[in-house]
Amino acid sequence: MEEERKSPVPENGEQQLPAENNSIENVEEENQEKELPAPVVRLSGSQRRRAAAILERRRRQREEAEQQRRLEMALDREQARILHGKRVRRRFVRAALITILAGIFAVLFLMPIVVTFTNSFMAPSEINANYGKVFATGTNGGKVFIADKVNLKFIPDMVTFSQYASVLFRSPEYLLKFWNSVLYVVPIVVFQLLVASLAAFGFARYSGKVRSAVFFIYIAVMLMPYQVTLVPNYLVSGWLHILNTRWAILLPGIFSPFAVYMLTKYMRRIPVSLYEAAEIDGAGEWQVFTQICMPLCRSGLVSIAILLFIDYWNMVEQPLVLLNNSEMHPLSVFLSEINAGEISLAFAVAVIYMVLPMLIFLYGEEYLVEGITYQGGVKE
Amino acid sequence: MALPAGEGAADDNIIENPAEKAAENTPAVSGSSALGRMLHRNAARTAERRRTGELETRRSRRRRSSWRFILPSLIGVSVFFLVPFMVVVYYSLVNNPVQHVFVGTENYVRILQNPAFLTAARNTLVFSLISVPLAVVLSLFLAVVLESRIPFKSYFRSFFLSPMMVPVASVILVWQVLFHSHGLANDLIGIFGLGPIDWPKSDYAMIPICILFLWKNLGYNMILFMAGLSAIPREILEVAKLESATDWQIFWSIKLRYLSSSLMFVTIMSLINSFKVFREIYLLTGDHPYGSLYMLQHFINNNLSSLDYQKVSSAAILMSIVMVCIIALLLMAENRAGRDLES
Repeated sequence: MEEERKSPVPENGEQQLPAENNSIENVEEENQEKELPAPVVRLSGSQRRRAAAILERRRRQREEAEQQRRLEMALDREQARILHGKRVRRRFVRAALITILAGIFAVLFLMPIVVTFTNSFMAPSEINANYGKVFATGTNGGKVFIADKVNLKFIPDMVTFSQYASVLFRSPEYLLKFWNSVLYVVPIVVFQLLVASLAAFGFARYSGKVRSAVFFIYIAVMLMPYQVTLVPNYLVSGWLHILNTRWAILLPGIFSPFAVYMLTKYMRRIPVSLYEAAEIDGAGEWQVFTQICMPLCRSGLVSIAILLFIDYWNMVEQPLVLLNNSEMHPLSVFLSEINAGEISLAFAVAVIYMVLPMLIFLYGEEYLVEGITYQGGVKE
Repeated sequence: MALPAGEGAADDNIIENPAEKAAENTPAVSGSSALGRMLHRNAARTAERRRTGELETRRSRRRRSSWRFILPSLIGVSVFFLVPFMVVVYYSLVNNPVQHVFVGTENYVRILQNPAFLTAARNTLVFSLISVPLAVVLSLFLAVVLESRIPFKSYFRSFFLSPMMVPVASVILVWQVLFHSHGLANDLIGIFGLGPIDWPKSDYAMIPICILFLWKNLGYNMILFMAGLSAIPREILEVAKLESATDWQIFWSIKLRYLSSSLMFVTIMSLINSFKVFREIYLLTGDHPYGSLYMLQHFINNNLSSLDYQKVSSAAILMSIVMVCIIALLLMAENRAGRDLES
């Protein structure tokens, strides 16, 4: 490296000497040489103008683009706002229409309930005047005014509790029938759930060919309408000599497979690992059932109890076939046998009859919905 | 459970084998240690097998004991439903319960020629054909309405569901008032210039019953549909919306497809419920209604009270055959619908 550096120096000294000799040429050459790199730094007038023009144009373009962009954004925003407004308005209109539609349906759905309820506060004379025609059997005394038209009235002219008073104090047979209904429904619900939770545990805990075949039979029995099941029930009741007694209603109700099916579906969702953990901890099958399974099924039990309650509170077919003695009929059957003489308190009885399920509905609507949802899908 | 256990052990062997082979093939660092490992593994496996065997026997004992849980219910169902059903089948095949002479299908032939039975069967069928499609379509409509963004949604759901809780017997009075020959329904159709109809005693008698049936059952079906609708994966709906599908398209090609199994279930449940409409008819019109309302249950009730076992049992058996077909249809449809969505 040192040797190479030293060598050019004398060469330079040799070259500098002739350069000093022809100085004029050198100056000119220097000028030319200085001019050569100049275009990078300095521009001639025309060039500068052109460059300025180019720069200016670019700047303007950029500005225009910016402006354009801003304008477009504003436009977009505006358009979006308009569109949004339109959409909102459209959505609002649609929601309003749907709400109105739902409202109409709601009114139609509620109307019978509300009418029954309000009419229960009508005075007997008003009921007779309005609806006497419907229930008149011809001989109605003739003293009472009966309108030619049957007016369905929503609001009574005068609110009285006379219907309720006469149900409570003058016609105890209705309360007796109400009590009959309770006596059928409560044991059926309680004992069906008891029997069913045991059976459902057996079905849900293990699976096998025999078990699923038996379970299929349960489903089939559950889905059979009364046309099919009542004839066997009637025969059995005859053999066991329980026809015309409460047991004829109670026993088939208690062993009805509906709750078994529902609870089995519910229990199958309980993770097996919970059972296994209990098993490893030394729990017997009975303990697994009472300590693990039952507490987890609490909400399912409530749902099924509500469904069962509705079903049996409403029952008409079974008492008609299995009970000859109308003394033991539940209120549901008795209500259909109301005649002209008792029409004045029929609405109050109807309200008394539907108050209990309605209260249960208010309390347990979520459970009811859950229960229905569980029913969806027979297989699983 | 012995069989699956055996299978499990076999599986273990299959899985173990390549590993063992690999262990043999790999040049052993020292032969004795490889042998020791194998021995150890074998011992572990036999211990494992013994333990699972113990577990299996305990489990099978548990399995057998779990029948004890089923037993009470099974006895009850057998006594009150299955055994008497067999007897009903038997009764339908003999000439009468006293003489027990086997007559084959004679009872069935006779019942199929019985005009009362035929009327009842036809009425039941007609009622189902009218009310079931209406129940399915209207309840689906209500479910979709409640799915859209509207205020007071939970109130509407309660309102639609409330008829389910109300005993039919309680609202029967209102129906009687509405559909009396001087009632509101006649006033309404009078606006369109239609003559007054004495509803319960006319050929249109099924209309009030149908309305009552719908009123009672729509809420139940609606809940089932709502459950189905809420089970549709949100992403699919969002993608469809991004691809600018209209609500109508979304409904027809996505929602309905996903609802197919609930649709089937609702249809069949409505069908089964429509067979139970006797309750409403009885409460409205009593034991002997107008001809167009004479249902199968009327037939059975009236013949039971006259102790005509042959008629009743063959009618019940025919009905149960129909029901078994419907249930089979339900199960098949569920299977297919399930597969349809999985693929």
